[in-house]
Amino acid sequence: MLRYVLSRLGLAIVMALLSTLVIFLIANTVPGDPVLSQLGDLAASNKEFVAEWRAKWGLDLPLWQRYLIFLQQLAHGDLGISISSQRPVLQDIRDFAPATLELASIAFLLSIVVGIPLGILAAVRRDSWIDHTARLISLIGVSSPTFWLAFIMLAVFYGGLQIAPGPGRLDTIALPPHAVTGLYLIDSALAGDWDAFRDAGAHLILPSIVLAAATLGLITRTTRASMLESMQQDYVRVARAKGLREVRIVVGHVLPNALIPVVTLGGLAYANLLTGAVLTETIFSWPGLGRYTFRSAVSLDFPAIMGITLVVAMVYLLINLAIDISYALLDPRVVR
Amino acid sequence: MDAAPPNRSPRTAPAAGSLVLDVRDLQTQFFTDAGIVRAVDGVSFSVSAGETLGIVGESGSGKSVTALSLMRLLDEPSRIVGGEIRFQGRDVLAMDAEELRKLRGEGIAMVFQDPMTSLNPVLRIARQLAETMQAHGRFTREQATSRAISLLGRMGITAPERAINSYPHQFSGGMRQRVMLAMGFSNEPALLIADEPTTALDVTIQAQILGLIAELNRDFGAAIILISHALGVIANVCQRVIVMYAGEVVEEGPTEQVLADPRHPYTWALINAVPRIDRHVPDTRRLVTIEGTPPDPLAMPSGCRFAPRCPFRIAQCDQHPALIEVAPGRKARCWVTQAGEPLPPPATARLAAGPPRAAQPSPAQDVTPPLLSVRGLVKHFALPREGFFGKGRYVHAVDGVDLDVMPGETVGLVGESGCGKSTFARLVARIHEPSAGSIRFAGHEIADASASAIRPLRRRMQMVFQDPYASLNPRMTVADILSEPIRFHGLTKTAGETRERVEELLTAVGLNPKMAIRYPHEFSGGQRQRISIARALALKPDFIIADEPISSLDVNIQAQIINLLIDLQEKFQLTYLFIAHDLAVVRHICDRIVVFYLGKVMEIAPAADLFTASLHPYTRYLISAVPIPDADAERRRTRLPLAGEPPSAVDPPSGCRFRTRCPIAQPICAEVTPPLATHRDGHLAACHFPGQF
Ligand SMILES: Nc1ncnc2c1ncn2[C@@H]1O[C@H](COP(=O)(O)OP(=O)(O)O)[C@@H](O)[C@H]1O
Ligand code: SF4
Ligand code: SF4
Ligand SMILES: [Mg+2]
Repeated sequence: MLRYVLSRLGLAIVMALLSTLVIFLIANTVPGDPVLSQLGDLAASNKEFVAEWRAKWGLDLPLWQRYLIFLQQLAHGDLGISISSQRPVLQDIRDFAPATLELASIAFLLSIVVGIPLGILAAVRRDSWIDHTARLISLIGVSSPTFWLAFIMLAVFYGGLQIAPGPGRLDTIALPPHAVTGLYLIDSALAGDWDAFRDAGAHLILPSIVLAAATLGLITRTTRASMLESMQQDYVRVARAKGLREVRIVVGHVLPNALIPVVTLGGLAYANLLTGAVLTETIFSWPGLGRYTFRSAVSLDFPAIMGITLVVAMVYLLINLAIDISYALLDPRVVR
Repeated sequence: MDAAPPNRSPRTAPAAGSLVLDVRDLQTQFFTDAGIVRAVDGVSFSVSAGETLGIVGESGSGKSVTALSLMRLLDEPSRIVGGEIRFQGRDVLAMDAEELRKLRGEGIAMVFQDPMTSLNPVLRIARQLAETMQAHGRFTREQATSRAISLLGRMGITAPERAINSYPHQFSGGMRQRVMLAMGFSNEPALLIADEPTTALDVTIQAQILGLIAELNRDFGAAIILISHALGVIANVCQRVIVMYAGEVVEEGPTEQVLADPRHPYTWALINAVPRIDRHVPDTRRLVTIEGTPPDPLAMPSGCRFAPRCPFRIAQCDQHPALIEVAPGRKARCWVTQAGEPLPPPATARLAAGPPRAAQPSPAQDVTPPLLSVRGLVKHFALPREGFFGKGRYVHAVDGVDLDVMPGETVGLVGESGCGKSTFARLVARIHEPSAGSIRFAGHEIADASASAIRPLRRRMQMVFQDPYASLNPRMTVADILSEPIRFHGLTKTAGETRERVEELLTAVGLNPKMAIRYPHEFSGGQRQRISIARALALKPDFIIADEPISSLDVNIQAQIINLLIDLQEKFQLTYLFIAHDLAVVRHICDRIVVFYLGKVMEIAPAADLFTASLHPYTRYLISAVPIPDADAERRRTRLPLAGEPPSAVDPPSGCRFRTRCPIAQPICAEVTPPLATHRDGHLAACHFPGQF
């Protein structure tokens, strides 16, 4: 087991290095001149000014040198200075990431806590009303466009019934809790500020439902299909012939097998939630990475784009590592 | 395991004679879209305490559905629609879910056919064994675990304390079946149902498991229902047998009497279709088979269900016969035997007056050059490295094999699974690339020849595989499958010519040429194997390598395919390399037999010699493991139980590879590899002490 984990870890490190190279190359070969987008027409027409500006940002050096500098800076946690915000990219990311992490994690929890049991029930009570309800829920989740779902949610619960708060992480007049992790739920709990906790929690409800919808649908369907497949296996009949209770058969024999594909899907879905919340964040005025990404992209802010891409790549690598390890925990055949 | 003849001696059965199970007129049906399938149609039988009952019949005859019905383990769309099942006097069909749960695993236990899929792959053996005992509240977790360890030991698993913490994938098929038996006996059930428990196993392992079942029956006093399609297996273990055909019981009686003097033509045909290892008659290679297949379960004949295939049919057979007593303790469902007419005595192969073989090749190798000549053939497969820095390891699948095959000869290849038979066949066919050695085919060296150099020779050398399902492309019609190689090698000029050739081929393998437009899934297993054979013949080869061509087929279909292979050989002067694990079949059709063990040849001998005067201990064991479908013969012969399983081919034993299982191994066997030396005319063995076992 240890050997397996170490070899996966080694592989992850190699992949991380490779991804820095790929990210660097892509970022430095995309069409679009940052000079134009950053300096504006007037300044861009001044040759000296442009040259000075290029030298300042190291844009005049050969590619490989720029890569080495990039790596060196990375080693010091230096992702460069954002061209548009003029602040260290790492600091920008640190500011924006917690909001996304909090939203995505809540959405992810929601989709597994609801999706997996729903999938299990749907499979066990196949063709019953539970199964049909589950099918309807996942169909709605997977097929509704985010903006539409967000609009309906806001219109009904915020505008109409007025039982949910509006956009943003907190009420406009409220002060954020003292920042420890940047996750408002945790920070407010640490500070013992239960009003802020409630406020942050309430603000999370609508966006996390909107964000979770598609994942929830996917996880429900996958769990159901995987359960049904496992229930067909010979060992289930053997378990029944042994005189085990149905609950034990489902929980003890079918589920451990059925969860194996769900883990892969769930891991990748979490990575997607963490990195793909642009639309939801925009609609709910959520100050997260998604919006930062969007802003940096339209202004061709190379250091920021590279930084974000790197973070995204690392998130994927980490989650993949987690998937591999949980795979080994669930399926003894994986570890030789 | 001891070598005592299985349990036909009187045993300490609890209150012998009291009924454990009584089944009356059981009817189980599948409600399919195409209609109602009467899978089990009025089956009645009973089992007394401590008794061993066998159920035989070809696949689809309803054996498994009967077994599942007994424990009410059926899934949709099948349902028990009539009849009565009484277990120790209690009505099983009236039980509620909780009563049923208590019955399962405690009153009746079941062992299924495929040990590879019967255990949950993600749970430890310990948990799977212990929960069986805990589920019935008889043991605490600790008690159950310690009992599980002792049961595993009882089942012949070495180091049970360690084994119990393993996962199923760490076990071989034989070991898993031992675990299943331990599970079955853990609550000391009154009845154990074993559905084809050894069908997926090697003969040697099969012999071990059957011996174990017989012993457990003796020691635990549990009644046993053993389901099998092989008469030899039943003869080995069971006192009484019922024969099923098309969902009905057609014959019932004491095993010895049924096998010696069958009273139903179907039983008679089954017995005739099996070649017998102990009674081989020279020059008769064709087997007596009944042509045709079982009736369509959606359209059963209204009269006797066997009538369309029955050689003894009379006018009365239009009416459905009942199962009635034809002799004391014996029942049959046949008008002819009920009227007291005897069936001709089944004498395997004797009745088959096939033409004697014309070209019996003599081992005089100096006259004609061999068609195939293999020298020092080696194939090592690299294993995936363990981690980044693990050292490369190899499976020694074939490790220095010499063999000549003469034109017109049939050479058999036998040995336990995993010992390199298939790899050898694939090397010869150059599907695999040899690691070393030489292969000369028809005078050409092909061991390291390029693909283009081999192509013209490919025409002359074809392969038939075990699984006719996997080897035929499901999206091509039979005509396409057969014409593809013909066109690829440019054997025909026009489409019309190709069509003619396809029809010719189908006729040659006994299929209707009109079937050419159909797809493989529209054929039965036996028909599909005929199509594979037709495809192999398409290029007019002179050499055919058949890798377990009949292993996945029913007894009667096996016999049909064997006869087909024999006929084709005579018609087209074919040379065969025939791989099979069924030694009786190999003996029946082969001129010479090669015994493989862990990638090496242990013995080569003319078929008759090998079975009467084998020199290598391993060969003795293999022969002894083959069950004989004759209760009397089974009882009289001394069985040699070969313990254990072949060691890993990654680090094979030094010296003689068989030494770890050889009872007469001496120190020299570990140091010096015995060479394959000639001991008699054409009889070679690789053993330091040939014939001394
Ligand atoms: N899932 C199924 N759907 C429809 N028919 C089935 C199914 N399973 C088995 N049968 C039918 O039930 C009959 C008996 O099958 P089975 O008991 O498996 O035979 P055996 O064990 O003797 O090989 C056959 O006619 C088979 O076609
Ligand atoms: S009843 Fe007639 S058709 Fe049926 S097995 Fe007997 S002889 Fe054959
Ligand atoms: S060489 Fe030795 S170990 Fe090998 S089979 Fe002969 S006697 Fe047994
Ligand atoms: Mg079966």
